[in-house]
Amino acid sequence: MTTTMVPEKGAAGAPAIAPHVRGYVERVRGGDLGALPAVTGLVVLCAVFSVLRPAFLSPINFANLFTQGAAVAIIAMGLIFVLLLGEIDLSAGFASGVCAAVLGVLLTNEGWPWYAAVLAAMATGAAIGLVLGTLVAKLGIPSFVVTLAAFLAFQGVVLLLLKEGTNISIRDQTILAIANKNMPPVLGWVCVAAGVLAYAALQIMQARRRTARGLSAVPTSLIAFRVGTLAVISGVAVFLLNLERSRNAAIVSLKGVPIVVPVIVVLLVVLTFVLQRTAYGRHIYAVGGNAEAARRAGINVDRIRISAFVICSFMASAGGVIAASRANSVDPNTGGSNVLLFAVGAAVIGGTSLFGGKGRALDALLGGAVVAVIENGMGLMGYTSGVKYAVTGCVLLLAAGVDALSRKRAAATGRR
Amino acid sequence: MSQAPVLDLRGIHKSFGPVQVLHDVAFSVYPGEVTALVGDNGAGKSTLVKCIGGIYPIDSGEYFFEGEKVQVGGPRDAAALGVEIVYQDLALCDNLDIVQNMFLGRERRSGLILDEATMEELAARTLDGLAVRTVTSLRQRVSSLSGGQRQTVAIAKAVLWNSKVVILDEPTAALGVAQTAQVLDLVRRLADRGLAVVLISHNMNDVFAVSDRVAALYLGRMAAQVKTSEVTHSQVVELITAGRSGELGLQNGNGATS
Repeated sequence: MTTTMVPEKGAAGAPAIAPHVRGYVERVRGGDLGALPAVTGLVVLCAVFSVLRPAFLSPINFANLFTQGAAVAIIAMGLIFVLLLGEIDLSAGFASGVCAAVLGVLLTNEGWPWYAAVLAAMATGAAIGLVLGTLVAKLGIPSFVVTLAAFLAFQGVVLLLLKEGTNISIRDQTILAIANKNMPPVLGWVCVAAGVLAYAALQIMQARRRTARGLSAVPTSLIAFRVGTLAVISGVAVFLLNLERSRNAAIVSLKGVPIVVPVIVVLLVVLTFVLQRTAYGRHIYAVGGNAEAARRAGINVDRIRISAFVICSFMASAGGVIAASRANSVDPNTGGSNVLLFAVGAAVIGGTSLFGGKGRALDALLGGAVVAVIENGMGLMGYTSGVKYAVTGCVLLLAAGVDALSRKRAAATGRR
Repeated sequence: MSQAPVLDLRGIHKSFGPVQVLHDVAFSVYPGEVTALVGDNGAGKSTLVKCIGGIYPIDSGEYFFEGEKVQVGGPRDAAALGVEIVYQDLALCDNLDIVQNMFLGRERRSGLILDEATMEELAARTLDGLAVRTVTSLRQRVSSLSGGQRQTVAIAKAVLWNSKVVILDEPTAALGVAQTAQVLDLVRRLADRGLAVVLISHNMNDVFAVSDRVAALYLGRMAAQVKTSEVTHSQVVELITAGRSGELGLQNGNGATS
């Protein structure tokens, strides 16, 4: 334990950054690509679309990207938990549809207050996950089959709830606000400042504590780089979102960060915390990496499996509420057609492995952004839905291919 | 040795459906000694170990730990007693790093949050205590380690918990010459620190290199449990293959009748 016991000293007495850079390059070479493909893809796609269609860069389109991609990204964040175990949930899309239908029926037909209806929708999501997870973990039916059956069944449940396909419109202002209203511009800046400061404080505190105990810590320059990146990205995003994007500002002003953005950010932070900083999250990775090892370590593998499905369906219900808010209504197609495949695609494009054991909550956002940009950009280019589907399918295949290849390469270099 | 056994099994029976795997097995393990558990394929070594570790419940028989009769209903019970098993297939998670693997299932926490710093310190101290110098970083993923390093991590994981009995299931089976020597060295050091070590092995060289006692299983029966210094290489082989060797071993022929 020579190197870990003696923190590597840089020239100024601070830990050096070089080993971290070298470590990252080695990881990428060894097949652990992480977020690299998604970020590269995002940059390339954005560059291509903004050159071909300058409207892509307009503030209104930028804001649209967030509201378009929100539901898929949130469902994808939940799917990450299931994917980490090496399982799949094909029913997440229609689970979100069922929850949205529950919300719509309770809200509009039964006249429930919004918070009660949302609570009921999310409880429905959790209950769906509990059933699916129990079938997978206790009965041992492959998750592919269980959730494929649920995919079909939920499609029917949505139709039943909506009385054979009537469209229920949502009129509750609070629910509508989630995807359609914006934060005051000032509040956007306050949130960015608070978020960046909190992140910086956490990173510095952690590094200090580790250095004080003689453990190798992240060098200050790397912390500065991370904090800087976060500040620049969030700053630019908020700046763009705070621009006036109404066609006629005199009639109605349209600016500020869409309310759905902080919702996503909070969910991202919470799920990342759960996965990276709690024993529960560690156990999820362990079960995904080697279920037998986890069992022998005394981890209740069944309970972990069931809970992952509960989280997945719960997040799907949140996605359903947001989809209903954005569409101003619930119809039999809510959560249907491409939602699930986009969500799985988002997770995989973001770098989550379909083989389990590898992935982060952030992957869902990165991948979700790629999917949303493709959808949005190709729409602007005037391509038909047919072309959009085909291209998204190819991108998903490409991402899964990268996953499989990097896994192969990792096995070859001993970094599976 | 006059010391009392730390782990003492008496009259253990275990069957899987119609197949009886262990017949009336007695097995004792002493602190500060390496007890080699030998036997041919299918003799019941792995089953016995899994019964000790609480993975399989025993059908009948008595389980004494430090002189007291105990019930072991699951892996956590065995771990609570201080019995740790290092399995042949290692039971490490490739996607986690060394520290994460060593603390898997027993993570240190402060409140809700994992206490990574303390875990890393303890892991470093344990590996230092075992004089392990072959790993460069504790934050390396296990997937990037060699077979010998993995075995080292698995053994270090077992001794991290102030365990009293460490059972190693074929720790050298997949290793090269140099790595085998390293691991055997480590096994000897564990016993010298006062732990009771059980070494399952097919390799007679390993058995005679490090063990103090040999226990030979033959078709689910304990053929003999003797001091290594009192038997020869060929006697142990006879015990493994025939269940008896001269005065030693099962005296009623092939041991299949009872």
